[in-house]
Amino acid sequence: MRRARESRPEAAGAVGAPLGHDSARRHVTGEARYVDDLPEPRDLLHAFLRLSERAHARVTRLDVTGVAAAPGVAAVLTARDLPAENDIGPVLPGDKVFADGLVEYWGQSLFAVAAETLDQARAAASRAGIAYEDLPAVLTVEEALARRSFVLPTQVLRRGASAAARARAPHRLSGRLAIGGQEHFYLEGQVAMALPREGGTFLVHSSTQHPSEVQHLVAKVLGIPASAVTVEVRRMGGAFGGKETQAAPVACVAALLAWRTGRPVKLRLDRDDDMIFTGKRHDFLAEYEVGFDGEGRIRGLDLTLASRCGFSPDLSGAINDRAMLHADNCYHLQDVTITSHRCKTNTVSNTAFRGFGGPQGMMAIEQIVDEIARALALDPLEVRRRNFYGRGERDETPYGMKVEDHLLPELVAELERSSDYPARRRAIARFNAQSPWQKRGIALTPVKFGISFTATEMNQAGALVHVYTDGSVHLNHGGTEMGQGLFIKVAQVVADELGVGVDRVQITATTTDQVPNTSPTAASSGSDLNGQAARAAARTIKKRLAACAAAALGGKPEEVVFAGGQARLGRRALGFAELAALAHRERVSLSATGYYRTPKLHYDRRRQRGRPFYYFAWGAAVAEVQIDTLTGEYRVLRADLLHDCGSSINPAVDLGQVEGGFVQGMGWLTTEELWWDAAGRLGTHAPSTYKIPACGDVPEDFRVTLLHAPNREASVHRSKAVGEPPLMLGISVFHALKDAVAAVGDHRLSPRLDAPATPERVLLAVEELRARRAPAELEEAAE
Amino acid sequence: MSDRIRFVLDGKVRELAGVDPTLTVLRWLREVEHRTGTKEGCAEGDCGACTVVLADLRAGEVRYRAVNACLLFLPALDGKALLTVEDARGADGGLHPVQEAMVACHASQCGFCTPGFVMSLVALYESEPAPSRRRLDDVLAGNLCRCTGYRPIVAAARQAYASGERSALAAQQAQLAALLASVRREGTLALEHGGRRFFAPRTLAALAEILERHPGARLVAGGTDAGLWVTKQHRTLETLVSLASVEELLRVTVTDTHLELGAAVTYADAHAVLAAHHPDLGELVRRIGSQQIRNMGTLAGNVANASPIGDTLPALLALDATLVLQRGGARRELPLDGFFTGYRQTALRPGELIAAIRLPARSPDRAFRAYKVSKRFDQDISAVCGAFAVTLAGDRVRDVRLCYGGAAATPLRARAAERALLGRPWDEAAVAAALPVLDGELAPISDARATAGYRRLVAKNLLRKFQLETAPGRAAPPAGTRVLAAPEEA
Repeated sequence: MRRARESRPEAAGAVGAPLGHDSARRHVTGEARYVDDLPEPRDLLHAFLRLSERAHARVTRLDVTGVAAAPGVAAVLTARDLPAENDIGPVLPGDKVFADGLVEYWGQSLFAVAAETLDQARAAASRAGIAYEDLPAVLTVEEALARRSFVLPTQVLRRGASAAARARAPHRLSGRLAIGGQEHFYLEGQVAMALPREGGTFLVHSSTQHPSEVQHLVAKVLGIPASAVTVEVRRMGGAFGGKETQAAPVACVAALLAWRTGRPVKLRLDRDDDMIFTGKRHDFLAEYEVGFDGEGRIRGLDLTLASRCGFSPDLSGAINDRAMLHADNCYHLQDVTITSHRCKTNTVSNTAFRGFGGPQGMMAIEQIVDEIARALALDPLEVRRRNFYGRGERDETPYGMKVEDHLLPELVAELERSSDYPARRRAIARFNAQSPWQKRGIALTPVKFGISFTATEMNQAGALVHVYTDGSVHLNHGGTEMGQGLFIKVAQVVADELGVGVDRVQITATTTDQVPNTSPTAASSGSDLNGQAARAAARTIKKRLAACAAAALGGKPEEVVFAGGQARLGRRALGFAELAALAHRERVSLSATGYYRTPKLHYDRRRQRGRPFYYFAWGAAVAEVQIDTLTGEYRVLRADLLHDCGSSINPAVDLGQVEGGFVQGMGWLTTEELWWDAAGRLGTHAPSTYKIPACGDVPEDFRVTLLHAPNREASVHRSKAVGEPPLMLGISVFHALKDAVAAVGDHRLSPRLDAPATPERVLLAVEELRARRAPAELEEAAE
Repeated sequence: MSDRIRFVLDGKVRELAGVDPTLTVLRWLREVEHRTGTKEGCAEGDCGACTVVLADLRAGEVRYRAVNACLLFLPALDGKALLTVEDARGADGGLHPVQEAMVACHASQCGFCTPGFVMSLVALYESEPAPSRRRLDDVLAGNLCRCTGYRPIVAAARQAYASGERSALAAQQAQLAALLASVRREGTLALEHGGRRFFAPRTLAALAEILERHPGARLVAGGTDAGLWVTKQHRTLETLVSLASVEELLRVTVTDTHLELGAAVTYADAHAVLAAHHPDLGELVRRIGSQQIRNMGTLAGNVANASPIGDTLPALLALDATLVLQRGGARRELPLDGFFTGYRQTALRPGELIAAIRLPARSPDRAFRAYKVSKRFDQDISAVCGAFAVTLAGDRVRDVRLCYGGAAATPLRARAAERALLGRPWDEAAVAAALPVLDGELAPISDARATAGYRRLVAKNLLRKFQLETAPGRAAPPAGTRVLAAPEEA
């Protein structure tokens, strides 16, 4: 069912070994602790957030006297009761701890209450007197575009003369594609526990991808120095981008209530409140006009991407930038104009989600390429291939970065062969010819994903390594563990560096008092950045130990080899523990920090030119589906994935990222539908109505292979980032569905299918195609 | 009058008194016992992170069933053993074969859903040999994982079975059986705390007496809906009466003329007999909620709840089900057809309960099909459900039932469309002619699950599909009318 290539045979030590997740045994036994599982302090208070019930309104009355008087209540906080600042926007202002007189989405926090029990807090919160004066609400991208309602200025990425190139092209077409958003649905909801400590300091346990930002924002809302706040996170129960900025309001409310009461406070959102209150993946509207030649090569493209950012900027600037930077995907676009509108709406502020705008940009260009193929009656794979970047020519992205590590032609050829794509396409045609109600479709889609934060300053990391005199190693770094296996990968790097077993490396919780000023664990950068920083720290200690070993064993420090739990010099050796004890006696420091910043990056955001990415990760997927043309239901029959992980540090972990990413991407484009009512209230706020893939949705025939090709850039052990890129392999499922719908019209018409392709959208696309086919066939008959 | 809830935990009998009878097992575990391996993911029985296993004695054998601790009220533990993820290991700390395989197969990433998966698989491992992939999908449909994409979890299940190892749980089954025998209750469980009352009688007579004394009591069987009233709506339920232990309501009776399911028979226990009589009804029941929900919920509860999207209702209507209703010692029978009187309104009289559902025996000349269409195939609620029965005289329609869920404010029987088909040849033309009539009877709404337009279209297409599958002269359903059956070719 699965074929993961063996780890590199030449791999020495821990790097390259398919080790299990460091917490796997604790996961299966229930011993792994998440924030809500931590032992509760004796005098813990439980907090509850009261959310607004209007999409856009002035709050004309907010009376919490009844709340404060309710049984068990220790404190109530509104915007008026804060000691310092209310604004916690991560990049730009706009996100508030509590709405201050104006609510801008259905579900914005109005006030918080802390009580002895959660039931008391919830009951108390319902006693508030609230009155609203409704204001007109802008809910959709279309409405926002019509009113020119934007959270940030429109950006344009332009190369060449797209309009003129289109005008000269032999063929032209235009169209639009709506791309839905996505709820993160991390299994562990947002949670924080804040503990006041002596001297006006605070410890905050937060389920966050960005402990440093939580620390800084807690300090800001309390009006105290960042040094007075420590944020700790051992692990998250999933995050996917949803705990990059969205963890902060929860942590800030807990900290504010702890400050007000002097007691520890826990705030855990229940599932419904979590889904209503926190941001999601941006939904996009893509509109395009493209000119192309008879071979299907794009000559000129005008693409407009408009996204629903919600009421505040949050991370929408960078997310929409990344959408623009991925609207080429794997295709060379010489004359191109990409316009990006960042729409302001009275909905929750959309945020980071695995892929960070990249998936939406890619969906747009894949749609365009697919439409070109259908217009020319060519196999979409052929048109894709003809538009691929070249080598040494046609190799510059619209933002001026050369595509140097272009693995795609071989990767796609290999996948085409291993998936038996040509024969299966013929078999599908035969199946469709004899099956009136059931239709099958197949698609191969490629992925090129840029690795690095597009905000260059975020591409840095720190680590702290101690070696104790018994030879055991303490490892700490700024990366957070959300299930992706970062901790074991970094531990492998450190173990490899010091030549000890991974079991000698103690993995520890991320905490802001050990490694400061860290970037979020995001942008797939966790192992690239923290692996290098931790390696640097380990190297510093190793160098000192090598000097000791050389002195003790007689020889040169640079000839000491650390491997197998020993420091070896020729035929003589010292055990690692022995050496550590020796170094301590020699008064040599066994503690070091490590630091890393990604080289080669430069990007002029104003001109949208430069090298925003250190390198690209590549992949491709083939999906085959079957649809029921009477109901729109479908199954994914088979999926073949081939994904580039560079020289994998841990192929088992990387395989998990590839498989899980694909399924999450497939969910985004199939059954995961967010639905708001006319008042702007989210209707899909629990798993009863919001449907992520279940076990039976995964293709029974699921073949996943990692491509091991050393990164040509000097990344940590020549590995490649793997967190986000595989999500976009799920695009193959969307295009396979589109292909199956096209079979209804014998592939002579292109289906109109938006994402997510729910059974409803598939059936409506089938019906619409049938309606279009009828007159076309009459016309043909007349001729 | 307050009894103690007696159950087995950690190999010991536990007794609970003075607890809120609507406190969920999940909250009790986490907040009172500080036993935090069991997680809350959604508190509505959809994600499975809170999955625990209940063990009880059935015909002298220990039976293990996975359930959602988030929906389970504490009194449901009475007379049973509760197994949580902390119990899956042996006394020596050795992992259960399922846990061992989950580690070996890299089946956890963030780990938050993992205890729930472990417990679903432990229940399976202790109950069934060698499950198929389909069965694994079925058992795991109620456990959502957002990280792995499930493939390694399925691989782990297979690897555990391949190991053939006997678990510590299996080794201690005799001791557990003895403990379970010791907590068996003969009479009614009666609890009272903080103004809330809970009764679990053992006999119909005792039930009748309780209902007479507490006419305003809410009846629950599996409690999968009542759980939501507490966890989602934060309602206070004053008096609850559980049917789950009433001897007479746990019976399944099969005669030459009918099949009768007691009101307390769970979906899981009803499945085999329903599938044997009406394969499509069996398939429909298999797709209700999740294994955890089917281990708790009942068909009678689905009927009493009277939701317009209740999954089994169209099928029961199409199969001409009759309800056996009981109040005190008085019984009456009412065709299901006359039961639904309005949106979530029924013909039940005050103090009356559904004692049983009766289905006529399968008739060889009647073709029956049920189709559930939902956004996600497994563990979803119908956007539209269509259930149809047709009896032909020659090639003409002698009798037909067209029933729908999700098409109106109540489960719908499309009588006008039925009339339009009577006496007509059972062919595509007759169905096409009946569709406009059917269209006039449908009154669907738009909501988060589907738009009204889609529901209307699918309702009509399902009738077309039914005709295609049951047209005279067809020995078997034609290839390629259902996407979700196993693929035609191997």
